[in-house]
Amino acid sequence: MTPTPVSSMLLVVVASVFGSFGMVFFKAGANKLTGGIAGLLVNWRLFLGVFLYLTSSVFFVLGMKHGELSILYPLVSLGTVWTLLWARLFFGERLTKEKFAAVGLIVAGIVFLNLGR
Amino acid sequence: MSSTTVSPAGVEIVDKRRRAIFLVFLCTVVGAAAQMLIKSGATTVTQPGFIGAIVAMLTNPPLFAGYCLYGFNTILMVLALRDGELSLIYPVIALTYVWVTILSMFVFHEPMNIFKACGIAAVVAGVAVLGRSSTAA
Repeated sequence: MTPTPVSSMLLVVVASVFGSFGMVFFKAGANKLTGGIAGLLVNWRLFLGVFLYLTSSVFFVLGMKHGELSILYPLVSLGTVWTLLWARLFFGERLTKEKFAAVGLIVAGIVFLNLGR
Repeated sequence: MSSTTVSPAGVEIVDKRRRAIFLVFLCTVVGAAAQMLIKSGATTVTQPGFIGAIVAMLTNPPLFAGYCLYGFNTILMVLALRDGELSLIYPVIALTYVWVTILSMFVFHEPMNIFKACGIAAVVAGVAVLGRSSTAA
């Protein structure tokens, strides 16, 4: 087994942070959405969201090149944790017990799905 | 939000949440279709590197269709986010992995195993908990 380089872990964590901010701008853009398809095209927040997502996937691909997937994939789900944190912080959403339980199940599920590949 | 207990406003909020849940559900189905198309298109890409990827994206029909569906997927997600909370909509997107795993069994004949079965069960259970908590309120 090849040990997972710390640099790979860092790249994946950076990817998860970029991805979570991508979601923040998607939400911020969605909140400001007015009038049909034209409204989508003039919404800079949405474009920034797309850009952050693409940036995130570049870091993700670089991070996934070396090391064990069983260590790196759980790190990817950190993105979900950040996203919940930002939802609370920037949009004042309530984080209920149900949400924590659901996210716990979903993150565990994704880890299992990746282990099964 | 907590002050809107008057029934017409309350009904409207529940309707909006239902619509958001429906949109994100649709978004996961479209996202899975996009991934399947990209997966099947990517196997026929011969030219390596960044330029090769761009050329393939434009000339390879399954890849092109897959990326178009990704665009549609993003629009559906934004529409879902307009009416739904980020902390609710985002976790549901994980359903995409469930559809991809199931579809890959049929389309690419990938074998099922205990990890995948547990993964599917856990994600579906998680989404069900979110769905219940959002439409019951």
